[in-house]
Amino acid sequence: MEEPVLTVNARRRPLTGVTAHTTALDWLRSTGLTGAKEGCAEGECGACAVLVATPDDEGGTTWTAVNSCLVPVAALDGQEVVTAEGLGDPESLHPVQRGLAESGGSQCGYCTPGFVCSIAAEFYRADRAPAAIATEGGDTAEHGPNGFDLHALGGNLCRCTGYRPIRDAAYALGGPDEGDPLAERRTQPAPAPVATDFEGGGARFVRPTTLDAALRLLHDEPSAVAVAGSTDLGVEVNLRGRRDPLLVAIDRLDELRGFRVDDDAVELGAALPLSEVERRLDGRVPLLAQLIPQFASRLIRNRATLGGNLGTGSPIGDAPPALIALDARLVLASLDGEREVGVADYFTGYRETVLAPGELIRAVRIPLPLARLTAFHKIAKRRFDDISSVALGFALDLDGGVVTAARIGLGGVAATPLRAHATEAALVGEPWSLETVRRAAAVLAGEGTPMSDHRASSEYRSLMLGNALVKLFHRDAEAAPDRAGVPA
Amino acid sequence: MPGASGGAGASLADRPADPVVGRVAPHESAALHVTGRAQYTDDLAARTSGVLTAWPVQSTHAHARISLDVAPAYEVAGVVRVLTADDVPGVNDAGVKHDEPLFPAEAMFHGHALAWVLGETPEAARLGAAAVRVEAEPLPSIVTLREAIEAGSFQGIPRTVVRGDAVEALRTASLVLEGVSEFGGQEHFYLETHASFAVRDGDGQYLVQCSTQHPSETQEIVAHVLGIPSHEVTVQQLRMGGGFGGKEMQPHGFAAIAALGAKLTGRPVRLRLDRTHDLTMTGKRHPFHIAWRAGFTGDGGLLALEATLTSDGGWSLDLSEPVMTRALCHIDNAYWIPNVRAHGRVAKTNLPSNTAFRGFGGPQGVFLIEDVLGRAAPLLGIEPERLREQNFYRPGQTTPYGQLVKDAERMPAIWSRLKEECDHDARRGEIDAFNRAHTQVKRGLAITPIKFGISFNFTAFNQAGALVQVYKDGSVLVNHGGTEMGQGLHTKMLQVAATALGVEAHRVRLAPTRTDKVPNTSATAASSGADLNGGAVKHACEQIRDRLAEVAAPRLGIDPGEVRFGGGVVRGPGAGGPELRFDELVAIAYLERVQLFAAGYYRTEGLEWDLDRMQGSPFKYFAYGAAAAEVEVDGFTGEYRLRRVDIVHDVGDSLSPLIDLGQIEGGYVQGVGWLTLEELLWDTGDGPNRGRLLTQSASTYKLPSFSEMPEVFNVHLFENAREDGAVYGSKAVGEPPLMLAFSAREALRAAVGAFGAPGRAVELASPATPEAVFRAVEAARAGAVERVASAPVGREASIASDAPAAREPVAARPEG
Repeated sequence: MEEPVLTVNARRRPLTGVTAHTTALDWLRSTGLTGAKEGCAEGECGACAVLVATPDDEGGTTWTAVNSCLVPVAALDGQEVVTAEGLGDPESLHPVQRGLAESGGSQCGYCTPGFVCSIAAEFYRADRAPAAIATEGGDTAEHGPNGFDLHALGGNLCRCTGYRPIRDAAYALGGPDEGDPLAERRTQPAPAPVATDFEGGGARFVRPTTLDAALRLLHDEPSAVAVAGSTDLGVEVNLRGRRDPLLVAIDRLDELRGFRVDDDAVELGAALPLSEVERRLDGRVPLLAQLIPQFASRLIRNRATLGGNLGTGSPIGDAPPALIALDARLVLASLDGEREVGVADYFTGYRETVLAPGELIRAVRIPLPLARLTAFHKIAKRRFDDISSVALGFALDLDGGVVTAARIGLGGVAATPLRAHATEAALVGEPWSLETVRRAAAVLAGEGTPMSDHRASSEYRSLMLGNALVKLFHRDAEAAPDRAGVPA
Repeated sequence: MPGASGGAGASLADRPADPVVGRVAPHESAALHVTGRAQYTDDLAARTSGVLTAWPVQSTHAHARISLDVAPAYEVAGVVRVLTADDVPGVNDAGVKHDEPLFPAEAMFHGHALAWVLGETPEAARLGAAAVRVEAEPLPSIVTLREAIEAGSFQGIPRTVVRGDAVEALRTASLVLEGVSEFGGQEHFYLETHASFAVRDGDGQYLVQCSTQHPSETQEIVAHVLGIPSHEVTVQQLRMGGGFGGKEMQPHGFAAIAALGAKLTGRPVRLRLDRTHDLTMTGKRHPFHIAWRAGFTGDGGLLALEATLTSDGGWSLDLSEPVMTRALCHIDNAYWIPNVRAHGRVAKTNLPSNTAFRGFGGPQGVFLIEDVLGRAAPLLGIEPERLREQNFYRPGQTTPYGQLVKDAERMPAIWSRLKEECDHDARRGEIDAFNRAHTQVKRGLAITPIKFGISFNFTAFNQAGALVQVYKDGSVLVNHGGTEMGQGLHTKMLQVAATALGVEAHRVRLAPTRTDKVPNTSATAASSGADLNGGAVKHACEQIRDRLAEVAAPRLGIDPGEVRFGGGVVRGPGAGGPELRFDELVAIAYLERVQLFAAGYYRTEGLEWDLDRMQGSPFKYFAYGAAAAEVEVDGFTGEYRLRRVDIVHDVGDSLSPLIDLGQIEGGYVQGVGWLTLEELLWDTGDGPNRGRLLTQSASTYKLPSFSEMPEVFNVHLFENAREDGAVYGSKAVGEPPLMLAFSAREALRAAVGAFGAPGRAVELASPATPEAVFRAVEAARAGAVERVASAPVGREASIASDAPAAREPVAARPEG
């Protein structure tokens, strides 16, 4: 197998002296590219952001900003990366850099190279246009007149500026000039995934080229860990010293990157990054359109996958409550073939699932038609990029002012994500009225066994469950006053 | 005589024609920042070969006697050396109070570094640290402020500010409020964690690169740990990735570890804390517990304030005493309180040692009076902004510690300008209408002032030095004792030097801060960096300029006193006369053997402070400002949005308007973070993790992101604001705007109040997280809240007490 290489700022560099767990950030810094910084080592601050060339839907390339502190550099074998140093230099600043510098967008400067990369990704986003305003919840304060989506910066923290000059610089950007090399690069295909297999630091990193090969490896090597976006594993590696002996990269397997909408289901590949899921769905599943902007930051969503969010079995993942409400099913693949399991039945205990050794989540299947009234409620301290205190997915069908079906998924209230069966029962067959909702809300507040921790108290979590239903009713009544029996 | 006059005739505050100060200039390193070229301490280490990495062995007990077995660490491949107390040739202490051993025999808090492992790689050092065996004999621990108060666990010297007779005045007050205000600390969360990088050269000299706000003190501590004189240690500070006070005292020990490692191994040693190390080992803003009584006249006049302020100092003193002094000097904020008795004491707990943080106790002092006024306004039946305005200082009045309130008339002027700028009265009406129309969501608008004293309370720190060098080609290199942490100090110093020498800005470059260029410098802190170093830079430049004037005068055919320097050209006072380019003049001066470099020195005149009596005039002047904030609160969840903020702030005549704007905006949002979002939580149970920080990473300690910035943010600099006592008429700006964030907290209080009946006090926990706001909303809705049984229903007595959100009951004692 060839020596792993990475193209950085248009220069090919061999990946020498790395281990299976060396992060892209540490490797970049070791080569003298010290612009990217470690601010938190867990994908929260974005000081490490760099641009990666990823495939777009039409055979070209998208410049995608990612947290280099979470990505094993081995996962970038054969790929192309651009850092803040590669965008411009002090004598010839890139338009993004010039705008940020002149507007007072840097003070201490430590977060700045990361901001530059996140802003540049949005600068080069092919479908960024003023017309693109308000696809995410309709809040124009979060979109610039140039179509710049402020959510693109939700994963970058600045402790100095208070953000206003950074926002204004981003909103004042035009488009790439004629001949801009990174803009032109978009018209060419992104690098294909490269079969990788090397050992370093006592651990092995393998990128198989087929699902079968990946499943074979996972079957034969009990210590093997499948890794897609590495947005969770990377945190374990950095903060808790986790060092698995064998990583199997599955993020570029075609079989896990499917996207299909037919008459009876939407099928989402388990290894599609959430940003891609969002872009390709384009609002076709309103519940997911509400969820995804609240699911971590854009930097994380550019790597994080539904399969990963489900695979870790976390009780506070944001996808499970939404998928439970959507009655989604998981397609699990192993050497023995495929099987399907409902998301609500997938979780068996704290960070335990029905996933067998050697088995992978291949796809998420959402049955159609969708429920008529859906919503995703996330309660957190911070609106952008926070972990939920509680999260709720709602999917209700109403007919003639009566609730005919209800599915409610809950996160953060028990050792596993839950389906709120008792609340559903309290709603179905009842009129969609404030009275019904209040009664059901009392039931909902009693679902689960929430804990008190640093995010919220158990009492608050319980109250938020019930209130979410009442809030949903009020919002629905405002949006469709004829639907509900009682005005807001 | 160097000093306040700045030398050679010109007054400190006067500006020449067409000065470089006052112009909009981006940060002098902006082009380096945005291209990733700007170097920070650990970037230097990353570019050096053969560097060892230091990793701490941390205590897992809040308090324990410990012994170490380091032998297993040496079995880890790549471990080069384990540093322990036995290795210290000098003084085993990381501070200046001699109460913080660098290598402790007793672990004083969960996370305390007990030893350091040097490894060939970070991985080796980390594994080596994990291999060190720690035997711990647990000891009783105190991990909350309340536990400390109950146990009488205090440290340092308590202080009291007294004016008039507060006890007697409270007896005669129409309304007396009593309460306890408790509020949390704040993690600095500079994006660059603590970092040091030490190299010992062939001559045995130490060069320590350190992310420090106080290089001279870092140098002193490194020297005393190594047992060598200061002249063997040079500390260099390129730039910090944020400081905010967190790097005023706390870098010293880390620098000493790196230097000790370099001594013992002969190799370069880097020490960079990871985020969790930094969160668990270093100090934060002090949380406070304040028990208070406040008395008002029937028409809302502040009559008396009696308070006991207790701060959580953590395990050692650090800067806790001066932080408390400044808190006591800011309990008045902008208000005349005729009778005051405020007692301040520092608790000792088994937590990291709390330290300086932007505002340095000022925010905690201001918290008290704003909390009092916010609670009192509905009870007095007076709109909060009117209650605040009517209690502003009037010209001629003095603070409780006896200082005349200079420029007191600025406060009401700023207040009315702000009310115009933010369209206050119209929006108040709109908000009232909105609130009448909505039951589940409410808006609130509030406006709060700040008056903040500028100068170090510790008078000796109010001095600074600079070294300015003009090269033969007319280029200028400026060294000064201040450090650049993002606040734009170097940009301002560049503008000051260019103004004083009369050259274009591009001729001037700022050198890294080094202790071998300017010695015995003060911390870059107390917002005073530009005032002090600006005075010194200006003084140095003026010496050079005056020498050059002597050279120029005969060539221009005028007297030296008539020579004018500006825009890189030297000429006489009239138009059309002969001129010399600055670089031409410099070249001539060199040939004539004229000294083209100078040391500048500045000390702030007119300060006097009796710390024991807590009386005097510790501040050169006051910075003023006011902010109006509007919020919207969701009654279902307690979540809120900061819809709009308007600020009018007094920076004197700005040295650099874009820099000052950045300080105001950034300070505001950081203050909003402290008051609403950022929450430090510790394990306070009796289990094995007692004293452990629960919010020890960026995913659990949340700072403001884009979603917390004001959606509309208008900042205006107060105009024609020359300050005679500071360089080129400017004022300090670093800290005061942080306290404008009380407007957001008070706006939340107003919105919460709108969920309930009028005339009731609203209590709000701090930080006012969504959960805290939700509880306050529930309390307001519950209507709550029993009235004080015997109190007549009236504006002096309808007191909400013991609401669920309130941690302490509030009692009223109406008198007639």
